[in-house]
Amino acid sequence: MEFTRRETLAMGAGAALLTVLPFRANAASVDELINEFTGGAAVADSGVDLIAPEIAENGNTVPIEVAAEGASAIMVLAAGNPTPPVATFNFGPRAGSHAASTRIRLAGTQDVIAVARLADGSYARTSKTVKVTIGGCGG
Amino acid sequence: MASGVKPRVKAPSSATAGEVVTIKTLISHKMESGQRKDSSGNVIPRSIINRFTCDYNGENVIDVKMEPAISTNPYFEFEAKIPETGEFKFTWYDDDGDVYEDSKAVTVG
Amino acid sequence: MNFKAMTAMAALLFAPAAYAGGADDDTLIVNDEIEMVTKTAAPEHLDGALDQIISGWHFRADETQQLQTDDFENQGMIFVDQAMDTWNTAEGSEDKSCADCHNDPAESMKGVAATYPKWNEEAGELRTVQMQVNDCRESRMGAEAWKYDAGEAINMEAMIASHSRGMPVDVAIDGPVAEQWEKGKDIYYTRYGQLELACASCHEENYGNYIRADHLSQGQINGFPTYRLKNARLNGVHSRFRGCIRDTRAETFPTGSPEFVALELYVKSRGNGLSVEGPSVRN
Repeated sequence: MEFTRRETLAMGAGAALLTVLPFRANAASVDELINEFTGGAAVADSGVDLIAPEIAENGNTVPIEVAAEGASAIMVLAAGNPTPPVATFNFGPRAGSHAASTRIRLAGTQDVIAVARLADGSYARTSKTVKVTIGGCGG
Repeated sequence: MASGVKPRVKAPSSATAGEVVTIKTLISHKMESGQRKDSSGNVIPRSIINRFTCDYNGENVIDVKMEPAISTNPYFEFEAKIPETGEFKFTWYDDDGDVYEDSKAVTVG
Repeated sequence: MNFKAMTAMAALLFAPAAYAGGADDDTLIVNDEIEMVTKTAAPEHLDGALDQIISGWHFRADETQQLQTDDFENQGMIFVDQAMDTWNTAEGSEDKSCADCHNDPAESMKGVAATYPKWNEEAGELRTVQMQVNDCRESRMGAEAWKYDAGEAINMEAMIASHSRGMPVDVAIDGPVAEQWEKGKDIYYTRYGQLELACASCHEENYGNYIRADHLSQGQINGFPTYRLKNARLNGVHSRFRGCIRDTRAETFPTGSPEFVALELYVKSRGNGLSVEGPSVRN
């Protein structure tokens, strides 16, 4: 019996559990954006936290949280979106903590990157891979 | 002019001096990213809220630069430190020039 | 019958999947005060088709579940606010607002979502909340009826539902509505479309399993109207029915149709005992 590619994929996905959109990256633009934010300064790989789901239930609304002790600003990028910038949180004198939560759109499986400007003027970054799935009949 | 834009903010009505409180803000807005096309294949132009600020008694708590990747009906959660009795001012700035505001009074003591 | 499609669907549905199996064990308490019953014994009329009825909340990822726990995190609540503005605005030839007759919805609308769809004796028909609202608008306000499941209508249904949260769903299935209940039950078990799927195929026989990346729920509607992450807005029951039937590749019934009113009554009754959650948050 013959199956179309779609049906074969659907069956395969049933066994493989998830149908995941291919990994996307927009490398050059991400590096430029980070350089612009840091002025070319060195960026440490610890000092900022990023909480994001491993598998996003829906790429249209993905909850994330960023935090960096004493940071004056945290920039968030979605490396695989058509345009990577997501948001830049600037903390003022009345900030109760240097953390914020929001919901973002992810076009496909990709790295979400957070870069923080810390109190002493240095920079830190972290990233998380978020898998974005295609739905079934929920559509 | 974006229509039907409505803010919804959770802030305490009272606090102790120096207390750190959690603020949750929502606002209804399509956040048209500029990536979508209409049925004729024309790009629907970008039209988003591009900035959100929260001040307490005139001093800034948070100032967010927002891009099209922020989801429809933007949500922000953050913390603010309350020094004395006063008022929170929340402001959202739309691409089209509109400004949406909300405020919440807080009593200390 | 399309043999290829059936075999593919059968293979897919019975494919072993490590994540398959029931819903999680979390508890839903909204705003630290509304305790929701999200799992309970199946109502008698199901006759053993299900042992336990489970809210769609349990089939969603932790992050999605979290969004429903606080009315200031639940994006659907912005639209409840908008409905409150409408509630207080006078409209139509009689220049009346909902508030003029119904005052504070927290009191007057309590229990409505729990018992609708319901028989209206005076009108002699089975009514959904939206149908009742439109009747008030036309007959008592002299205003125009709202389009079914669209903007203002769905916002208002969400606001009305929000005041029944925590109350058990309890729709009548006998008496004057018995015939339509049977009709709704019939539709639930009828296979539609090129894919020949009935509601029961996924929601009774395969809840807990995955269909591609979708974690199948029991298809309960105690959480409607629901804010879907997928389209970032409130969605009504009939629109959801349309989507499901369209996904079987069938010509679907229209929103507001008698078939969907009957189906809404039947599906709602499958959830008798679960708490009203609307507006809920789903994917």
